[in-house]
Order: sequence, then structure tokens, then C-alpha cells
Amino acid sequence: MWGRIGGKQGKQEVVRTVYFGGGTPSLLPAFHIEAILRTLREEFAFIDRPEITLECNPGTAETVKFSDYLGMGINRLSMGLQSANDKELEMLGRIHTYKDFCIAYEQARNAGFQNINVDVMSGLPEQTGDDYHRTLSAVIKAAPEHISSYSLIVEEGTVFGKMFSEGRLKLPDEETDRKLYQKTGEYLRAAGYERYEISNYAKQGYESKHNSSYWERIPYLGLGLGASSCYGEIRFCNTPDMQEYLKKNFAEESRRPETMPKEELIVTLSAFYSEVEVLTKQAQMEEFMFLGLRMKKGIDKVLFEKEFGQSYEAVYGTVTEKLEAEGLLNVTENHVTLTERGIDVSNYALAKFLL
Amino acid sequence: MADINQNHIRNFCIVAHIDHGKSTLADRIIEKTGLLTSREMQEQILDNMDLERERGITIKAQAVRTVYTARNGEEYIFNLIDTPGHVDFNYEVSRSLAACDGAILIVDAAQGVEAQTLANVYLALDHDLDVVPVINKIDLPSADPDRVVDEIEDVIGIEAHDAPRISAKTGLNVEEVLEAIVERIPAPDGDPKAPLSALIFDSLYDSYKGVIVFCRIKDGTVKPGDRIRMMATGAVEQVVEVGYFGAGQFIPCEELSAGMVGYVTASIKNVRDTMVGDTITLDDRPCKEPLPGYKKVNPMVYCGMYPADGAKYPDLRDALEKLQLNDASLTYEPETSIALGFGFRCGFLGLLHLEIIQERLEREYNLDLVTTAPGVVYKIHKTDGEVIELTNPANMPDPSVIDFMEEPIVSAEIMVTSEFIGPIMELCQERRGKYLSMDYIEATRALLKYELPLNEIIYDFFDALKSRSRGYASFDYEFKGYEPSNLVKLDILINKETVDALSFIIHSDTAYERGRKMCEKLKGEIPRHLFEIPIQAAIGSKIIARETVKAMRKDVLAKCYGGDITRKRKLLEKQKEGKKRMRQIGNVEIPQKAFMSVLKLDEDK
Repeated sequence: MWGRIGGKQGKQEVVRTVYFGGGTPSLLPAFHIEAILRTLREEFAFIDRPEITLECNPGTAETVKFSDYLGMGINRLSMGLQSANDKELEMLGRIHTYKDFCIAYEQARNAGFQNINVDVMSGLPEQTGDDYHRTLSAVIKAAPEHISSYSLIVEEGTVFGKMFSEGRLKLPDEETDRKLYQKTGEYLRAAGYERYEISNYAKQGYESKHNSSYWERIPYLGLGLGASSCYGEIRFCNTPDMQEYLKKNFAEESRRPETMPKEELIVTLSAFYSEVEVLTKQAQMEEFMFLGLRMKKGIDKVLFEKEFGQSYEAVYGTVTEKLEAEGLLNVTENHVTLTERGIDVSNYALAKFLL
Repeated sequence: MADINQNHIRNFCIVAHIDHGKSTLADRIIEKTGLLTSREMQEQILDNMDLERERGITIKAQAVRTVYTARNGEEYIFNLIDTPGHVDFNYEVSRSLAACDGAILIVDAAQGVEAQTLANVYLALDHDLDVVPVINKIDLPSADPDRVVDEIEDVIGIEAHDAPRISAKTGLNVEEVLEAIVERIPAPDGDPKAPLSALIFDSLYDSYKGVIVFCRIKDGTVKPGDRIRMMATGAVEQVVEVGYFGAGQFIPCEELSAGMVGYVTASIKNVRDTMVGDTITLDDRPCKEPLPGYKKVNPMVYCGMYPADGAKYPDLRDALEKLQLNDASLTYEPETSIALGFGFRCGFLGLLHLEIIQERLEREYNLDLVTTAPGVVYKIHKTDGEVIELTNPANMPDPSVIDFMEEPIVSAEIMVTSEFIGPIMELCQERRGKYLSMDYIEATRALLKYELPLNEIIYDFFDALKSRSRGYASFDYEFKGYEPSNLVKLDILINKETVDALSFIIHSDTAYERGRKMCEKLKGEIPRHLFEIPIQAAIGSKIIARETVKAMRKDVLAKCYGGDITRKRKLLEKQKEGKKRMRQIGNVEIPQKAFMSVLKLDEDK
């Protein structure tokens, strides 16, 4: 796929963003990160000043030289603070303390990083409104350019999931959780952050280009264990098994001819990736909607028609009308967006766009 | 085969309390009589429906014919007629017994005499059968055959001293049973030259042969070509084939004569023409009068059955039609519910019968069903003198035109060890039981007699009985009659709209409690909507209970990046799929399982 997307020979696609994420890439010695970036630049065409983000665990700060990162072209950091309360951090199983974060953050600023995201979490077990307010205030004081705020989702098969099913996890009730979520918006807006997606806030001009491309369905190539990619109508994913991953000869895949019939392509890809999936037109329409509506700017009806050759009204007119009547959508001539209430119950609203 | 000496035929059945080893002994008898190779042996030959095997009970009476060479060197024909082991099928049991000349009574060497043991033995004695007791499971560590022998003699009053002591499971002493059958069960009598009279004890629909009638020839002879008449239904047909029952197969023969058990086919299209208990005779040379004991069986329990997917209505109708071919006691007629759409009001002999039909519809016909709460048949006496039989609560007339109502009552016998008498009496009290008597049948066990309203025992009485006695109580009942009762119709309103499929009839004393529980249960089953939903229980216009499903506040997936999209899609699809299984009542979506969950209100106790 590498070759097909634009490895050396083709270069038909241009890299706009790079994101080192999924785990703790800041644990990787800087020269490895540099080597990866160098290889990417050799293989792909890049735009001028691409957004290159590195996820950084505040607990690994002492081993990290932020100036080195800047030197190799990384221009955005994403720091997983989660909470300014050490007890909450411990409960979340984080290795860092709030103080670790402050030190790391300051080091990053001093090194010259001018685009930093901080992750925070609401809806933690036993968290009160005041607890969360303190975290938010601390973050606002640090004044990063971008803030992601997630509410804790307890999933089956996790430690929290087990605790929850055993009744040992005291989560804030729905009402409190929702208030926390709303407060987040108010505090952050007052501090100059705009909510541009369900969980993401940014100072003007600092919206994450990388993450936005997922919601705008721009092709992406995932490298490394368990990483997902999507290219046009094909979505595929690397194996999560390290041994299996090491056995694959991806260079072999890239040498295959660039054009081949779809069926053959699937077979070829299946040998290298797990979960190869061809999105039908219907699935693409659905994703256009449920990804697009996550963004504050919503979806563009004209773009929908351009992309799918069918009018928006013909496909989604009825659903849109119903959800608008329920107060979940704002509809203008060319755009559809979720209302505040629509965001609160977005799963309910977005499920309606499945055809 | 035609000239088998009547003296060498033994027609018998096995009666027992559930789990005392009836099917296992039947297997051993078939095995020891050597008709089958071991390869043909299935675990339990008589129970040939999967469902029966899983439930460990025999649903439809069947018969098998085997050949036994006795110690005296002579060959005997054994016709073993299997009987259903549940009170729902009591009438069918009685007809099977009427086809026999004797019965083997199995009693578990550890558990001793139980309620069904008694009920079945009395049934057998009522039919003048010679009862041969057998003590089974003597290999169990807790077996106490001497005590059980005493119990049989004391409680039932039949000689049990030389009863074979066996283990049907291991095969130990099963030969003793075979010899006892030869020696102690009388040979049939009857005159092969007399006009034909044959008792129908079961029938089966086969798409090639039509209805296969299982019968016992009391007098006369029947052969292919004869024109036979069913005396109760009046159906007349020409016999195509007669034969006997090999293990799991039909083996044709030239004729069946007095004393024999076998089958008759005559291109009969409908099992309704061959009702269990009816008498077959020859059309041109009929017997004087039909054999005694025939009655038309009426359904005791009704419920609404609806396809989960409304488009499957014709499939449900076809499936019911097919099941009815084999089950004359199943009735159904179309009905419409505002909540559930088009479906059928179905009548059953009892709750087990209902469950069996429901499972067969779901498994064999792949139907996803929504079933409403089962109810009994109430008699409504209107002020104008008219009497209505009410099978669907939704059709209950306005209380102002009702003079009084009656409900069906059963006579129940419960056998229980003395330490649980208290809890069991309490249970019967809660279920509006009328205490009749208590007799100690031995130092530590008593027989309780109660009259109970049928509608109090159709849901979960049996389960409650088991749990409150730690399994030590056994139970049997028979229909007694109708009695006046203070009954009301309880309605459930969801978002101010009555949901017809949730209405039911209940005694006014328990209506409040039941209504409250139903509201609580429904609150847990109905998902949050964008708006608040009141759930109310009402009698007429009076609200007696209320719960509220709060409005949905938050339902959001915080993260959705590259690797999350597939997961997000699955989550939304699940949400959408869930909606499909919902019923729309007004603007509220109710999951189908909510309709069923209210049947299980007492589970949380």
C-alpha cells in the first residue's frame, strides 16, 4: 500500500501531517524517531511545514530532550495530563504526577514548542465537579494551544470494566457527568478555546490538522503494530501481534503492480494486513455523516453530492428533518451540524444516519 | 404375525415420578429384548425429539414393540406404551393407560414415593391395570430399598416385597423386570371375531402417509381395505396400511387383531379427525358403543404469540398449522394487538405445553416470537345474563356490565418433607390457595391438599415450590372447576398510552403489588429516550403505580480517531440493530424482551 499511496516511484499523494501516537512514543530514543522521519521524507513527498505531532507522556520527561524533537521537525506535542489530581492519576494507572507534567510542560515551552495539546478526562470514579474544575483551571493556566477533553468510558474487558460490573466503581451519575461536560465548554470558551469537535478545543488556528483529517475522510497510512489505514474505499489494519508483524515482508507488498482489479487487491492486501475492508458507497456515505457531524463545522451538503453523486436530501432528508425537529441538528441551506443537545446524545443521533 | 397367540402378548406402560428412571428402563428393556443392535441404540430411544431429550421428559406418547424370549423358552411380544410425564398431558396419559393391561411402577430407591408417583399409580389403578412395582437406582449410595418397599406398601397399598430391585442405568437385575412382565401382567383378552373396537391413544401426522393413528385393538380385527369410522368425530376412511412399532420405525403387517397394539393409516389429512380417546370401528359392522373415557380436551392456558418481525406473520401461521397437524390440543386464532401487530391467540393444555410449542416454533421454524403473559380462561357473567369465556384480557368488557367473574380452580397435591411444610403452606397461602388437608404418609413426609386458582400456578409455581423446599416438594394437580372470584383487569400505560399486550387479569388483592412490580421491571427494560417516559399501572381509570424512565442526558463516544472508526461504526450499528427489535408505542420504542420480562416478576425474590 505504501508504494501505491505514494512511496518513491509514485508520489501521487502528499504527506500533510505525521502523528507519533499509540502508547508512549516519547520512550523511544530520539534518534529512532529521527530515523523514522528521515525514512518517511525519503519515501514520500511532504508539503511545506507539515504538522508533525508526538505524543508525550509527562512521566518520561526526564529522559527526553525537547530541543532534539524540534530539531528533527516535530512541531506539535500532545501531552496526556488527564488530571491535575495525583490520586486520580494513580487510580488511572498513570506513571506521572501533576508535578511531572508541570516540569515536562515547562521544558517543552522552554525548548521552543509553540503548539501543545493537553489531554484531560472527566467522569472519573468519585470525581466531583470541583475536582474537575481544578484540573481544567490548572490546564487553562498552563495555556496550551489545544485541549482534548474526554469523558471516561468504561469498557468491558478492562480493569475498570471488571470493577464496574462488580459494583466497585463509583462513577459520577449521568447528570453530574453531563454537567461536567458542559462546564468544560463554558470554561474553555471563556479562556479562548473553541470547541471544533465533540472532544476537542483549540485556540484559533491551532485545530489539529491530523485528527481533522480522520473526520474529513482524508487518506491515512498507519505504520506499526495494530495501526489502521484508510485509502479511498479500502480500510486495513496491521496485526496487533508483534511476532506476526515482524514476519511480514511489507516491501514485498509494495512491489506489487499499482493497478489491479479490486478483488485481487483485497486478496493481496489480506496477506499483509488484518481486517481488510472495502467500504461500500453506502458505508462511505454513513461515515461521511457520522465523522463529519463530530466537527463543529458539520457536514457540507454540496460536498456530499459532489462525492456521492446523490443529493443529500434524497439520502438523508427524512432523518435530518426528524432530528432537527427533536432539537438535535441545526440545518442551514448547505450545512448540517449537531446542536449542543445533539452533541450530548450524539450516538443516538449519529446512529440514525446508518442506512 | 397375524396368528400371534394373545397369551403371548403383554401390553404395558411404565409410570414414575419425573427423573425416577422411566426412559432409562425403557431403553434397557428394548436393549435386553435384543430387537436392536447396539449401533441403533440411541441414548433414549423413546424420546426421539431433541427437545424431549433436553428437558428430560417425554412429550408425546409413543409405543414400541419388542420380542422377548422368556426363561420358560417361549417368545413374548412386549408392547411398551410410553406416557407423557407431565400434568399438562394428563388426559393423554389416561388414554395411554387405557391401552395397556398392566403398568410397571418405578420408584427411586433414594427418593421414594413422590406426588407424581401417587398420581400416576392412582391413574393406573383407575384403569384396572395390574401394577408391578420396581425399585430403581439401587446403585445410589443413598439408596434405601427396604424403606421404599415399606413406603410403597403403606402409602400406595400394593404388595412390593418381591419387587425387582434394579439399576436401569447399569442394567443390574433388569431381567427380573422382564420376567415380572411375563408373569405378573395379564395377557390381553378380546374377541378377534367381534366387531372392531380400537382405542386411539395417539396420532402422528406424516406428509406421505397422512395421519398415523396409534391404537390398541380391544375387539375385532382391522386390515388394509377396511372402511373404518372414528366414532366421536364421525370421520370415515379406507385403511391403507396397518402395522406395529419397531424401534423408531413403522413395520407394516397384514392385520391387527384383538389384544394387539399398532398403527393404522387411512389417508387421513387432519389429526383432528383422530382425537385421542376416540374409538375406531368398522363402518359397515360397527361395535355397539364406543369405548369409555373419551373427552374433548380444552385448552387451559392462553397467550398471544406475535412474530418479532411483522413480515413473518404468514410464516407463523404456516408453522402453527403444521404443528397443529400433530397436536390436536393446540388451538390458535388470529388476533391483532395495537402494540404487537398481527399475531395469534393460542391455547395450550398447560404452561409446559405452551413452552414446548414456543420452543418448537423458534427452533424448528426459526421464528423470533414475542409472547404475551399467559392467562387462563375466565368466565364473565354479564349483567344481561350472557356468559363470556375470556381468553384475551384486552377483550374484557367494561366492569359496569359485569355481574361477576369466575376463574378456574385446580385440586393440588403436594408431597413435602416435614421441615418444609411451613414454607410450602406459606407459598400456597400467597397464591390464594384453599387448605384442604394434611396427612403424614410417613414420619417425615406429608401430603398437603390444596385448592389453587389455576392462574396462580401457571407462571412459576413449580419453580417457587422447588426453591422453597430445596427441591424436596413434588406437586400434581387436576382441574376442579370454576369459582367466583374478585378479579380486575390491570392495564399498563407507557407514556400515557395503554399497551394492550401488557394487560392482564388479576385478583384485586394482588393487583397493587403486581402493578408496582411490573412498572419497576419495565423501567429497567425501556431504554432512555430524549424525553421522560411515565410508566403506570392502572385499574380502570385509577392509577395504582408509577415509575419514570428519565430522559436521556448523555450518549456520546468521546474519542474517534483513525483506529476507532470501525469500532464506532459497530457501536452505532449495534444501537441501530437494537432499535429494530423495538416496538413503537406512540413515540416510545419498547424492546421486545420487555413484553416477556414481565412474566418473570418473581425471579428476583
